Amino acid sequence: MKKFAALIMILATTTKTNAKLIAMQEYLSAAAEEDKIWMMALFTGRRPKGTVKSALLRQLCMEAANIEPWLFEECYHTVGDLGETISLLLPQILTATESAEEYSLNHYMQILNDIAKKEDEIKMAFVKNAWAQMNRNEIFVFNKLMTGSFRIGVSQKLMVNAIAKNTEVSPSIIAHRIMGKWDPSTISFNELLSTEHNAADDSKPYPFYLAYAIEGDVTDLGNEMEWQAEWKWDGIRGQIIKRNNELFVWSRGEELMTDKFPEYKILQDLLPNGTAIDGEIISLGAMPDDGVFLPLPFAALQTRIGRKNIGKKQLTEAPVGFIVYDLLEQNGEDLRTLSMTERRKKLESLLKDINVDFMHLSPVIEFNSWDQLTEIRKTSRDKGSEGIMLKRKDSEYKVGRKRGDWWKWKVDPLTIDAVMIYAQKGTGRRSNLYTDYTFAVRDGDQLVTFAKAYSGLTDKEFAQVDNFVKRNSLEKFGPVRTVKPTLVFEIAFEGIAESKRHKSGVALRFPRMSRWRQDKKPEDINTLDDLKEILKNYK
Amino acid sequence: MPLILFTDKGLFCAQGNFYLDPWKPVDRAVITHGHSDHARWGSKHYLCHHFTKPILQLRLGDNDYQSVGWNEPVIINGVNISFHPAGHIIGSAQVRLEYKGEVWVFTGDFKTENDGISTPYEPVKCHTFITESTFALPIYKWQPQQDIFIEMQTFIAANKAAGKSSIFIAYSLGKAQRILQPLADTGLPIYAHGAVYNVHQTLVNAGWKLPEVKKITPETTKEELKECIVIAPSSAEGSPWMKRFSPYATGICSGWMQVRGNMRRKNADAGFALSDHADWDGLLSAVKATGAEKVYATHGFTSSFSRYLNENGIAAGEVKTDFGNDEEEKITE
Repeated sequence: MKKFAALIMILATTTKTNAKLIAMQEYLSAAAEEDKIWMMALFTGRRPKGTVKSALLRQLCMEAANIEPWLFEECYHTVGDLGETISLLLPQILTATESAEEYSLNHYMQILNDIAKKEDEIKMAFVKNAWAQMNRNEIFVFNKLMTGSFRIGVSQKLMVNAIAKNTEVSPSIIAHRIMGKWDPSTISFNELLSTEHNAADDSKPYPFYLAYAIEGDVTDLGNEMEWQAEWKWDGIRGQIIKRNNELFVWSRGEELMTDKFPEYKILQDLLPNGTAIDGEIISLGAMPDDGVFLPLPFAALQTRIGRKNIGKKQLTEAPVGFIVYDLLEQNGEDLRTLSMTERRKKLESLLKDINVDFMHLSPVIEFNSWDQLTEIRKTSRDKGSEGIMLKRKDSEYKVGRKRGDWWKWKVDPLTIDAVMIYAQKGTGRRSNLYTDYTFAVRDGDQLVTFAKAYSGLTDKEFAQVDNFVKRNSLEKFGPVRTVKPTLVFEIAFEGIAESKRHKSGVALRFPRMSRWRQDKKPEDINTLDDLKEILKNYK
Repeated sequence: MPLILFTDKGLFCAQGNFYLDPWKPVDRAVITHGHSDHARWGSKHYLCHHFTKPILQLRLGDNDYQSVGWNEPVIINGVNISFHPAGHIIGSAQVRLEYKGEVWVFTGDFKTENDGISTPYEPVKCHTFITESTFALPIYKWQPQQDIFIEMQTFIAANKAAGKSSIFIAYSLGKAQRILQPLADTGLPIYAHGAVYNVHQTLVNAGWKLPEVKKITPETTKEELKECIVIAPSSAEGSPWMKRFSPYATGICSGWMQVRGNMRRKNADAGFALSDHADWDGLLSAVKATGAEKVYATHGFTSSFSRYLNENGIAAGEVKTDFGNDEEEKITE
């Protein structure tokens, strides 16, 4: 545990990619065999669910530190992280040199698994005993593992590179092998990376190829004839796989979502064995009769994802479609090294024989010049799309986010000017800084809240706003401060939908601060009617 | 009338007609220590401890200064004023006021740990205690400075092994002098940013024995700076001035580094939670040692601290002041 905690500390504090890579490599060389698989699992989001409730940890900590709940809360809001707060409050913690590397990460993970269903007394005894053996750093990491809140700011790509350097297996093979469903408590590091294991797993998806946003001018991409343009859809990127007569639906977040979309069930009969298709899981409105489909806003899909059981209501209100982008496997053969054009041809002929009304081939946009495509892009929102995807016709299907062959070219976001009225302290690197804000628009002489945002400003701007909040708070409600409505921000967002949950009646997609309008006063902000007008236009 | 009033110019003693650490120009200012949020420009007369005088001369220029030693009373209109060590930085004092048997103490900034260069903190009995509360939350409990110094030396050794210089970001008055000895113990040359060097020379001229530092000038060659140690104030952090040390690693010395979010926000390579302010335990023990019936918290986590004291049987309140709002002070603490 000591080595793992030390690795997490380095990864969390260094900003240099190369230092992170080296730290991971060193860990992989030094760690026990049984710990390496846990590192991979934890770094790819395969964290076990919480075993010990955070309320229990709070209680243990307050008892040990002899403090009242209100003081614990003050500390928590200043630190911005529960596991760390506890690690700072516990008295008499071992120093880094005192704590022993006696118990492995695997040791603790196995025990956590064993006591998951046991009574609180057993858990409390275990936690107290474990804390007593650890230094502050270890306690911080261990708390996160116990509550199931462990996250790490390291890209999968970087971790794959570290493993590749240590095992001499190529990164793209590793990226593929660590996809899908596996359990670190039953499989070893070597097994997971072996060919045998991978051949045996029918569900295994391919790593998704992801595009960067275009940075410069589109004409920089050169000859337009070399590029295929498609609409960019705002749903959940997904992969549908059929092998050995079984159907699997994966999200880009590597979540197996087969049961969430009963609509797709019929594909188990229709798709040939050994098929993997890449596309967008998306809510579709009225069934198309002219071959033109219109997606519903993302919010419609969102109501389905969170649910355990999909009922009739969801099936009728938010029917799910699948817009197919690519063909990755056919007859059990990996097609990813073929060119986009070749894969597309095979995909078209495959889909010709499959007639289901929820599945559509992603239409290719015809264009002759970048100027023309620029004009077409302006109509994106009318089609329920968020812009254009550009894919080089001779491109392979690569692993992960890569520059060069695929680009996303989104339309400019929608914007509205609003005033900040509530602020709350952030977490992580924004701990003890007011960085999470709630915004309001004007409705007559009232202010109506409509969105929260916590990104888009520079560190310097955040520091300025933080200073403002600390000096202009009107009231304190727990961690939230009411602020004198003074600061105006331009809020950018990707979509808008009706919502019964918000006072304003609307919910925004990806709201963030695009600009601090220091030139504007609260009198100059937009109104609720302006928001409703946008809603009407983009419904 | 209370012996000290909280006014918009600062803490005011009406009986003696003087202010403690005023943030606006006044006739007579009593100064606890030389940090810029406590020692401000524009007053007519300044009263401080002997050790603080050269610092005020450096920072505020020529003025009418009167200085006294530890526990050497000055009487103004019946008010007995004396200075007592606060252990915060060189010359830092708590100011004790006594009038007709009533005693008030104002801490300015203080810490309870002996840092080896500031005159160590001494508790002073009083009826009313006006204290800082910069780090008044139980998450702030400092490690002994010796342990932190070892971490800093380990950091330097690792940097040197990688062919890098080690840059320490430290407040030019106080922290910069405190870390000098452990840095000098590594045997590597120590270079100082101009702001740090000015304070250093002032203290050396005033008779303080400090390890040698070299001033970085435009003439300092890159060769000289290879794998060296640098002390710089937070204003230099991330500025083009830093480029000359490349390759280097940066370590920030501040109590705020106790929380990793702050450290990550600073994008530094290391954070050392070394503070010149009292930690939670230090604040509580100081309050107890004074035996005060009433406590006021002036800056920092004032509301948590006063609530905690009230719940534990000590009447306490918050006071709004302008302390702790200086830019440099705020970043490096």
